[in-house]
Amino acid sequence: MAREYLTVREIVGPLILLEGVEGARYNELVEVEFPDGKVGLGNVLEVEEDVVLLQSFEATSGLDVAHTRIRFTGRGLELAVTRDILGRVFDGLGRPIDGGPRVIPEKRLDINGSPINPFARDYPTDFIQTGISAIDGLNPLVRGQKLPIFSGAGLPHNRLAAQIARQSGVLGKAEEFAVIFAAMGITFEEADFFVSEFRSQAALERAVLFINLADDPAIERIATPRMALTAAEFLAFEYDMQVLVLLTDMTYYCEALREISAARKEVPGRRGYPGYLYTDLATIYERAGRIKEARGSITQIPVLSMPDDDKTHPIPDLTGYITEGQIILSRELNRRGIYPPIDVLPSLSRLKEKGIGEGKTREDHSGLSNQLFSAYARGKEARELSVILGEAALTEEDKLFVTFSNEFEDRFIRQGEYENRSITETLSLGWELLRLLPRSELKRVKEDQIRRYMEGGSGDEAVLPAAEAMDAVD
Amino acid sequence: MSVGEVVKVSGPLVVARGLPHPKMYDLVKVGRDRLMGEIIELRGDRASIQVYEETSGIGPGDEVISTGEPLSVELGPGLLTSIYDGVQRPLDVIRDKHGNYIARGVEEPGLSRTALWPFHPAVRRGERVAPGDILGTVPETAVVTHRIMVPTGVEGEVLEILEGEFTVEETIAVIGTESGEVRLSMMQRWPVRRPRLYREKRPPIRPLVTGQRVVDTFFPIVMGGTACVPGPFGSGKTVLQHAIAKWANSEIVIFVGCGERGNEMTEVLLEFPELTDPYSGESLMLRTVLVANTSNMPVAAREASVYTGITLAEYYRDMGYNVTLQADSTSRWAEALREISGRLEEMPGEEGYPAYLGTRLAAFYERAGRVVCLGSDGREGSVTCIGSVSPPGGDLSEPVTQATLRVVKVFWGLEDRLAFARHFPAISWLNSYSLYLEQAEKQWKEEVDGDYPRLREEAMSILQREAELQEIIRLIGIEALSDQERLLMETAKSLREDFLQQNAFDEADAFTSSKKQFRLLKLIMDFHRLAESALEEGKSLQEILELPVWEEIARAKFISEDRLERFEELEDKCERVLASLASERARRV
Repeated sequence: MAREYLTVREIVGPLILLEGVEGARYNELVEVEFPDGKVGLGNVLEVEEDVVLLQSFEATSGLDVAHTRIRFTGRGLELAVTRDILGRVFDGLGRPIDGGPRVIPEKRLDINGSPINPFARDYPTDFIQTGISAIDGLNPLVRGQKLPIFSGAGLPHNRLAAQIARQSGVLGKAEEFAVIFAAMGITFEEADFFVSEFRSQAALERAVLFINLADDPAIERIATPRMALTAAEFLAFEYDMQVLVLLTDMTYYCEALREISAARKEVPGRRGYPGYLYTDLATIYERAGRIKEARGSITQIPVLSMPDDDKTHPIPDLTGYITEGQIILSRELNRRGIYPPIDVLPSLSRLKEKGIGEGKTREDHSGLSNQLFSAYARGKEARELSVILGEAALTEEDKLFVTFSNEFEDRFIRQGEYENRSITETLSLGWELLRLLPRSELKRVKEDQIRRYMEGGSGDEAVLPAAEAMDAVD
Repeated sequence: MSVGEVVKVSGPLVVARGLPHPKMYDLVKVGRDRLMGEIIELRGDRASIQVYEETSGIGPGDEVISTGEPLSVELGPGLLTSIYDGVQRPLDVIRDKHGNYIARGVEEPGLSRTALWPFHPAVRRGERVAPGDILGTVPETAVVTHRIMVPTGVEGEVLEILEGEFTVEETIAVIGTESGEVRLSMMQRWPVRRPRLYREKRPPIRPLVTGQRVVDTFFPIVMGGTACVPGPFGSGKTVLQHAIAKWANSEIVIFVGCGERGNEMTEVLLEFPELTDPYSGESLMLRTVLVANTSNMPVAAREASVYTGITLAEYYRDMGYNVTLQADSTSRWAEALREISGRLEEMPGEEGYPAYLGTRLAAFYERAGRVVCLGSDGREGSVTCIGSVSPPGGDLSEPVTQATLRVVKVFWGLEDRLAFARHFPAISWLNSYSLYLEQAEKQWKEEVDGDYPRLREEAMSILQREAELQEIIRLIGIEALSDQERLLMETAKSLREDFLQQNAFDEADAFTSSKKQFRLLKLIMDFHRLAESALEEGKSLQEILELPVWEEIARAKFISEDRLERFEELEDKCERVLASLASERARRV
């Protein structure tokens, strides 16, 4: 039963202060009726006796103190869910914007969810093949992981995210897949890229999109990732689907949070972000995972653009403390035209050891990835040295490592936007590149694996198609 | 039970009015769902309550019930092997009864009410007992004997003492006190924010042997001491924590996961039962209690979790055990304090943290220590506290790290640079420190070898010298170094790779006894000394560096504990091969 009030006393930014209210609840959903008849949503941030502080998800321009009507709905912000939300496009508050029919809900779920009991969690161990060598080979993603992409303005994180969404699959398993895409504060063009991407790949039918654009109300963004994750939990744990959630761009989400915090005159933490930013982000990121005895899973790829490419900025910093690793994009590689410009050295997947190896990918995966890491690191170092001192200053061996690192960037990291490499192709390519180095330098891979995968045996044939494809790209 | 009503709700903070006789830190139940909360501020008849659960749906007028008691934990047999949330609700039981998500208002007792425990009395009828005296024992797990103690405030004559199987609520003894008969069960309650009582605190003296060479030899910790580990991303903090939990010679391990990742906690939950206790051969869980409050669980319960953990630790200490408490991470705990302080609209100190951050941290670490327990037998127990901090952006100057460093005595500076180079444990030898060296050295002199402290000091200075020389090499190149300095660089490398680095997954290398640590250090340092004098005699540096014996030194860490005499053979060999090198002067002649 809705109770309606006309007792607005203050409007400050997105906040509305209301008095004389009876029975308001914390976090209750309200409808805000504008003087011109438009209706927006909001929720209760604080209630003290009969005074209620609301945040309006709609921009407050046009509101006035005298004529604004506030209706209390008696429930929290909920999402109507059903299996049929697959293939639909919603706004940032879960209202359909694709012109399709009304959603007939199976259930209405509180978008805040409840924390997963740590005892009920299952450890993520299933390798997800993204078809991207720099990820699969070196920083593999596993089911139930949360692995953010740390990017910067002007870098192709959206193309990369779309490619991951398009190509992801678990080895040797035919299971139901779903992609949930939440856009927060991105531009129309970026959103349109994703929508048409899903559409052209006929992937829309297994996707759910929640879109809050740059010109949509900023405060609405606070609800958007929670909408997406509520839908994800429903599909993963009620319909046993393998759900991949893309959240882009978390930076705008955090800014919306800061806006509310500033309007409430809260004590700011670092760079003006509220002190509870960590807790708040955790309630989003921690909704990824697997549950014992459940077949579905939620894997999260949040995208965030680091202001000024600064990894120590509070948003990437706190994100890194919650997520299980990060994929970092490099401006330098991007400048050199290498796509995807993944900076493999500082990138990290914390869960990789459990997801790779015999029975998961291949026995040589772990050793090979260590070897590629260290060889690339050494090559890069030597390359930097040669920039300062000239190539003549390098030893013969270092020169080989420089060649290796160039080839590694050019053939292993670089790949086509529509090129989907199998893990076998990725690993074989890695071995092929190691041939550029003296055999005595290969200390991190086992002797018998060198023989089997580098010097003949089954690995060799598989490498050819991939290598040719690379030449074509070049 | 007394009832009041809610007047204000702001996130986890609820203000209530009309509670009769509210006291600070009383436990209350809020609203229809009976959400647990604690009174943290009183103004007139208004009480501010921090609620341990999500407060959505709570509004003015909802009832608030005060239990009249502070937040307490249940203590008794059944704690070991348990997995609790921050307010001692058993997560395994909650999952069995309530499903995969933690619903609001779930109430489950910390100790099972139905489990039967065999109780063996240790006192006879007619004996006089006082608080802390041991009434009897319960074989709690295959490796730990639980001692049932007379609770605080009970003193008198044993009128009745039973033997047999009981639940934790059933009476096992009746004590005749001055104020009448008191029936005792195996369970007692204790408020978490109040340190448990002991007879006397003593300075810690015995090193906690962790078997980790960089810890035991270079930055030792003692039983009853405090340590701090900062963990930037990917620096191998977890591996170190597991190694200490597994190898340290403390009888009980309490692990508090405070505001960390869910999957990380899962790893602990799945791995600890699999880890074998090297001392008993049984599962490590049999001497472990886990407290898990992940980052997405309610922030107020996170604030309480470290207190829950340390109270459990003190309880086992009081039985006369040596307990290690690991809290990961205290930064998340401090952030919870900050969040609640912000909601209380307190004047902030540095970076928004409350001004009392330092006091709270200090008070927490002060609960560690070595004590003479209550009870007439004068037994001793200890709580060793190892807290990790997660400095934002890796910046150690931030308030939580700084406030922690003021109180702890050991700092293990993990560095991601070392972890990237696969140097584990990634404890930096340059910026770590330990203030317990004196105690460790005393023990070494008595039990290992009088030479140990000197060797350690020399090794340390070589490592420091290496860092200086590296600067020079970076600027001018290795040619700028003298032969002596180049030898020193080699020895430093050997110290780093053959002594400091340790493989937690290798059977022979994972744990090194103090004796073996000494032998290994002596081997490296003696060789250095011999090589130095060989250089002085004019022998060629190149030939010294090419000696195959370096490789044998590198493999010495794999010598098993029962064959330590091999070190002597190796030392003899070092001497022989160095002596056999012809001096260059001799060759020229």
